[in-house]
This record gives sequence, C-alpha cells and structure tokens, in this order.
Amino acid sequence: MSVSAPKPKRVNRLGLTMIDYRGEPSTLCSGCGHDAISSQIMKSFYEMGVNPHRVAKMSGIGCSSKTPAYFLSNSHAFNGVHGRMPSLATGAVLANRKLVCIGVSGDGDTVSIGLGQFCHLLRRNVPMIYIIENNGVYGLTKGQFSATADPGSKLKTGVVNDLPPIDCCTLAIEMGCSYVARSYAGDPKQLVPLLQGALSHSGTSMLDVLSPCVTFNNHQGSTKSYRWAKEHEELLHQIDFVPHFEPIETVVYEEGELREVEMHDGSRIRLRKVDRDYNPTDRDAALRMLNETRDSGEFLTGLIYVNPVAENFLDLLNLPDTALAALPQEKLRPGREALEEAMQGLM
Amino acid sequence: MSVQTRPQEDLSPKKPDGEIVNDFSIEVATVNGSGSQSSNNVLMRAIFQMGIPISGKNLFPSNIAGLPTWFTIRASKDGYMARKKEIDILIAMNPETAREDVENLEPGRVVIYNEKLNLSKIRDDLVYYPIPFSNLAGEVVQDARLKKLIANIVYVGSAAELLGIEMAEVELAIAKWFKGKQKAIDLNIQAAHLGAQYIRDNLTKRDPFRVQRMDKTKGKMIIDGNSACALGSMFAGVSVMTWYPITPASSLGEALADYMGRYRIDPETGKATFAIVQAEDELAALGMAIGAGWAGARAMTATSGPGISLMAEFVGLAYFTEVPVVIFNVQRIGPSTGLPTRTSQGDIFSLHYLSHGDTKHVVLFPASVTECFELSIHAFDLAERLQQPVFVASDLDLGMNNWMTDPFDYPEKPLDRGKVLSAEDLERLGEFARYKDVDGDGIPYRTLPGTDHPLAAYFTRGSGHDEQAEYSERPEDYEKLMDRLAKKCETAKKLVPQSVIQYTDGAEIGVIAYGSTDVAMRECQEQLRNEYGIAINYLRIRALPLAEDVKEFVSRCKCAYVVEQNRDGQIGDLIKLEVENDQGKIRKVLHYKGIPIDARFITDQVVACEKGEMESSCR
Repeated sequence: MSVSAPKPKRVNRLGLTMIDYRGEPSTLCSGCGHDAISSQIMKSFYEMGVNPHRVAKMSGIGCSSKTPAYFLSNSHAFNGVHGRMPSLATGAVLANRKLVCIGVSGDGDTVSIGLGQFCHLLRRNVPMIYIIENNGVYGLTKGQFSATADPGSKLKTGVVNDLPPIDCCTLAIEMGCSYVARSYAGDPKQLVPLLQGALSHSGTSMLDVLSPCVTFNNHQGSTKSYRWAKEHEELLHQIDFVPHFEPIETVVYEEGELREVEMHDGSRIRLRKVDRDYNPTDRDAALRMLNETRDSGEFLTGLIYVNPVAENFLDLLNLPDTALAALPQEKLRPGREALEEAMQGLM
Repeated sequence: MSVQTRPQEDLSPKKPDGEIVNDFSIEVATVNGSGSQSSNNVLMRAIFQMGIPISGKNLFPSNIAGLPTWFTIRASKDGYMARKKEIDILIAMNPETAREDVENLEPGRVVIYNEKLNLSKIRDDLVYYPIPFSNLAGEVVQDARLKKLIANIVYVGSAAELLGIEMAEVELAIAKWFKGKQKAIDLNIQAAHLGAQYIRDNLTKRDPFRVQRMDKTKGKMIIDGNSACALGSMFAGVSVMTWYPITPASSLGEALADYMGRYRIDPETGKATFAIVQAEDELAALGMAIGAGWAGARAMTATSGPGISLMAEFVGLAYFTEVPVVIFNVQRIGPSTGLPTRTSQGDIFSLHYLSHGDTKHVVLFPASVTECFELSIHAFDLAERLQQPVFVASDLDLGMNNWMTDPFDYPEKPLDRGKVLSAEDLERLGEFARYKDVDGDGIPYRTLPGTDHPLAAYFTRGSGHDEQAEYSERPEDYEKLMDRLAKKCETAKKLVPQSVIQYTDGAEIGVIAYGSTDVAMRECQEQLRNEYGIAINYLRIRALPLAEDVKEFVSRCKCAYVVEQNRDGQIGDLIKLEVENDQGKIRKVLHYKGIPIDARFITDQVVACEKGEMESSCR
C-alpha cells in the first residue's frame, strides 16, 4: 500500500479551518432547529473569513439564547437578561465599532418580553446581525405560547392559542430595519447566503428563522413544525452570495430572471426568480407581499427587504473609525484649558 | 452633659430697629412657565457679584406651566448654603398662593407684591411694599405676553433698590443671562430701572434688610450639582452615556451633551470621541451602558428613583458578571412617582442592595458641587478597578439647585482602567481565567472583546459560572464565586472615598450625616456651639460599603445622631449593622418633607433629644 500525502486542510482566506469556528457541544434537544442554525452560522462566518476574535456574540434568555455557546468558541460572548439583548449589543457596538456583532434570540425573547428593545434596535439601525430562532413556544419553561404563535395552533397539552401573532418581518420593516429576511432551519442552502449577506450589511440585519421545537411544538397542528414548514414554504427567490473578496463571474440570465443587490462592503447578493418577480429594495412591495402570503397561509422565505445604503447608528452619531474603547486618555480627558474655559462661563 | 437654654432674643425675629446686613433669605413666589427663571437668576447673580455668598433653590411643581413655584435666594455673610428656615423677604407674584405665603411669614418680615393683590389687609405685622408691576411693565412693552415676562424683571429692580443692590451689577447680570441678545438686554435693563425708580419716587424703606459689598465671592463660580457631575464625567473620560429623561436627572445628561459637544470633538478628525444616546427606557439605558462597559468603554447612565427600580435586574447582571458601569442617581422623593420635583435621600437601601440575590454595591455620596465633580471622576476609576456598578447618589437639592463654589481642580491622577489584559499580556502569561482571584483582592482580570489572542475569549453569563467563565451549577463553584464577590466588597472599603471626620475637644456626642445634609450640618454646628454650648464630633460618610472608621467613631462618642433626609433612617440602620455592641448609641434625626433640610431643624432635634424632650426621635 502506498503512502499518500495528507489531504491538505481546507482553510478560509484567514488560513483558519472550520474547527476554529466551532463551539462547545450543544445541550439542546436532539434535532432542535437551533442547532441547525448554529451550524449555518459557523459555516457562513468561516466562508466569509470573519476573524473570530472580532466577533461579539450576544443573547438574552431562552433556549435560543444558549446557542452562542455552541458556535465560535474563540469569540467573546455576553448572555444577558431576558429580552434585553438589543441594549447590551447596542452598547457593545457603540464602544467598539470594529466588532462583528451577532445576536441570537427567540420569539419570546424578541417579541414578547423584548418587543420594546427589539423595535428600538431596528429604528437605530445598529450594525449587527439579529437572528430570531422562531418556534412559537417557550421551550426552557416547558412549552408555553409566545407572541408569534398562530391562532388556532395547539400545544401538546391541548391548549389552543387564540391571540393573533406578531409577524417579526412586517414589524421589522415598519420599524425601519434595513435588512429583513425570513428563512427556515431546515434550509441551509438559503440560510447561509442570507447570513453572508447580513455579514456584508452595515446596519441591522434581522433574520426571522423558523426553528422547530422538537419537544414542545413539532406535532400535528403546529404551524412551527418541520412538516408544516416544508409543506408551506414559498421561496421568494433562489439566493446566491458573491463575497467582495472573490472575483465576480459574469452570469448570463434571461431578462428579468436575476436581480443583484450590491452590499455595503462590495459583496453581491444574487436573487434568481422562482415564481414571481420581486424587488427586495421596494419597502411597500415587501409589506404587501408579507400581508398577502400571511393571508394565503404561505410561509414566505428569502430576502424580503434590503436597503444597503441606509445610514447606520454609528455614522449618525459621528463616531470615529477607532473604537471608543480604544481611545487613549489624551482623547478622553480634555486639557486644563477646557476646564478653565468651562468654569469661566460660571463665574 | 448640660444643655444651655437658647438665649430668648434669638428665638424671635430681629425687629426692624437694627440693620440686618448680608444675612437674609428672599422667596419669590411665582407661577411656573411665567419666565421668572431669568429674573431670579439675575437677582441672585447681582448679589453674588457684590461679593456676598449666596445659594439659590428652586421649589417647583411637576408641571410645565401654571402651577405655583418658589425660588429662594439666601444671602449669607458666613457662607451658609443650606436652606434657611425663615423667609425674610417675600416677593409675591402668584395670586393663588399669595395669602398662604403671607400667612407663613414670621412677624416683621417684608412683602414686595403686585399692588393688585391687596395683601396688606391680611396682617398688620409685616412690612409691605405694593408695586404696580404690570403698569410699569406696560411702559416698556405693550404685547401682553411680553408684559408678563417683563413684570418679573421689574421686581428685580424694586428689590435691588430696597436692598441696596447696585444697579450696575443688575445690568451686568442681565447682560450675562441674555448673552448677546441686545434687544432683550435693553428691555430688561429698562424695566429693572423702572422698578427701582418706582421705589425711590413712591415708597420709603421701612425694613432692616440690606446688602453691603463684601469680597467673599471673588474667584467663585455658581454651578448646579448635575452640571458638576457632567463636567466630572467628561474629565473622567466617559465615552458612552445612555439615559432616559427623568426629573431631576435629565439636566445631567443635557449638561454632559453640551460639554462633550464643546470639548470632546476630536480636532484632528472632527469626530465625536463619545456617544450619547437617549434610550427608550431606563432598562435600555443601563443595558447599553453595561454593553459598552463590557466592551471596554467608560460608560454611564443617569436617573432617579423610578429609573433605579427599573434598572434593578441589569444592576444584578453587571454585579454578577463583573462589568464596570457608573450610575448617577439624583434622588427624588418616592416611593412610586412620589414627589418628582422634591428632594430626598431615600434610595440608600435600594442602591446598596439593588437586584435579587446577594448583592452589595458601592455608592458614593457627594456633599457639594465640588464633590459632584471629584467623586464622578473617582466613580469611573472605581467601577473599572472593581469591575462592578458604582452609584453616585446625589439628590435634587444638590443636583438642580445653584451652589457657589471655588473653581474645581484639574484631575491630576491618570485614569485607572483596572485589570485589563491585552494580547501581549496574554502571550506573556500563557493562561487566562476570567473569574480567578489571582491577586487575592477578589478582583479578577478581564479581556475586552476584539482582543486578538487565542486565550482572550470568554463567555459572559448572568447564570452560574466557574473561574473559567464556564456554565456551572456546582454548589462549590457558586459558593466560591459569592465569597470572592464578598471579598471584593472588602477591597472596595479600602478604595472608596473615606469618611471626613472631625473630632472636637471636649465633645461627647457625635453627629453623622452624608450628601447634601452636610451644608446644613456646618451651620448646625455653629448654632449648637454658639447658642447652646454644645460641641460635637462630626463624621460625614462619603461611600458605601461603610468602612471601619464609622464603627470607631460611634465607639468614641457617647451617642451618635444620624441625620438623614428619609423616613426610616436608612444609613442609620446600616450603621447599626456595623456597630454591633454600640447600636443603642444610634439616634436618628430624620427630615422627609421634600424640601431641603435646614440647620435649625437639626439643631432643634439634637437639643430636644439631649434634654430628653423628644424620646420618639431618639430611636
């Protein structure tokens, strides 16, 4: 038997392997949608060549909020209090704009207890990725409805939800979010380019990802189950992502078949038509589409709305390129003459 | 010890036979929203410019326009800055409160009032100066709204004439207030002169109060505590300030925004070296500050009682995850909405123990605008050194009122950024455990997000964790962590500003106070000594956790009066926990009316207690 040279390790543009993007073993239920999402986060961060040391993983409370432990162990993380991750993330990004900030939240953490902070995060267009692992149910407290549960959906215990759901995507667009996508934990082909697009975006990217709870909300009659998602998913388009550091290939498509969105960092999102011609930069059309598909009971996925040039919060505040946290004392403490002058006005 | 009887002649107000120079209080009773702020400020400044120590306090409603408001100016040749219990000169501009305001005066006092109010009929033991303010204002402007505003400056002119305030100083104060708005300056000066002229032409001075030029304000400035805290924070190098509007803390955030806009824009880049964010609520305000503190910025928020309640959960997070953040609490009266525009020291317990579980927080108590400046700077150093929330507890009286002070000293001590490991440090050390007590002081080392080293990352969590910051529910891990946090609290005792202690020869009794009560204490000491021959030892607490010095002080005194502006004597109770065997020595002097404490109140309580007349307050 001949000895062959070891297979060269696959590395990304930083020379890092997939292992460098791993987390600790998940403690979630086997088959949980959240773990599938964690895998796609690792994959997209690896492929984009994001330095793990620059990443800040933020979360609140709940099953979803535990997941930052299960990816990117070489990144700092802050698992805070229930529903308040947006404010912690905002503060972290204000202090250090060089951080790549990713927040993972759930439907309860986001639109039940955290509705206020979520809305204001979007209004401010804070540069970060905000993932909602949406399963319509509180898993960690053993299966109560959240505010995204559909009316008529039934818990295993037989309890029926009779309140209308909050649609995270409609809400996000209304709140001024500049990157709004919906996807499904069982569709990595779509989720990875959406995450990569989010990594290229300069404002808040909100990804509402249906992530079935295998223990409490995956049964017959649930509208957040694997089966329901598969049966009702309506792809808005096929998505490809061309990162800014790769050469742009020319692709030939028929007229009206392809839309291309150029992102802040020069990356491109390519959207191929499936059933309908859809322009994700048209805010009104996005809202119409969300309303229509909600009424027809379709589970619409894809890049629903994007505004790649929206001014983010840090630029609005006229922050420097250097992180505020890295400013030396000379920049932080004004000189003697400043104190003299300030006091002169009070004499 | 024996207590002298207070000389009888001092109990009644001075009769108008002798002159009372540079020692009186003026109360201007107006309606809020009527534009009296500028006039009151001009009056106060004009006295100040004549070299006479002053303080100015605004007693205002939680309302924008139409409700009664009182502004008091105290002129004190001795430099006493606390509220004076008695009003000597009432300027009655508000018809709604005029009767009550007049009825509350001591005999022999002065009422300057709008002629139309006909106040002289109410009592015959006061000195009345009726003045047709609106007619006089009408000589300057015709517009009804302007006339109302101008009427205010007319009373300044009249009061100046009656008290002997030089008109040149009034003019200067007007020019200063209206900064370059020449038309407003001219109108106001004209109106002030009319007010003075009317007195000269129509009335004869019949009261004893007057000013005489002194030289006690040279080089001094007038500032409110919130502005002083803002100034301190700027020189502490704060770079992230997040807040939600609340009385009486809003002006702290606004003053900071003003100062930072002037002095913290990088001249090289034109960029801001700070972020100031008005959050959606107090929860988010503190959340942002904690996020920023975690990521390595000097971060703060400013709030008052209801905001503190809302911040409880996040404060627990910062305590448990060991994130530095500075929280200013400009205290107002609670519980609940309480009296939002009235002062209090009622948040001592809630600050020290805020949040569920075992917590113990550092709280600083500035007692003057100078300490607002200095302790603000200290607070940021402490927060980063200790890696935990640090509260600066001022109050509405200190925060929003006008205080005369010497200029602040430029901070010479460099910023203390605490135990932060860089990539180079990590390379050198070869290991890092976020929550390990390496130095034996209970304070671990931290790394900042973005540190480019394989050892740098750790997982910050509000749930149980071990030294490596890994999730843990192990009993021994939790116990160890809590013990280390307790040890850190012991370290904090050595790092916080120590008490200011004054032992007096022959004094047997002690008095303990803190915060804005101190200004009344200085005057109270004089009263006790001069009027009753009582000498006291005095300890002023400047921080929680209480240090050993308090215990020693109580042990050295026969008894210790703890003076506070809350109902239950909250610091008194904390002291009782510390002193163990000396608990019986603690006596509480409590003032909780919402108006700033005055020296006479403390003096009377202490004297009554010493005489055994007031068992109830000697709890």
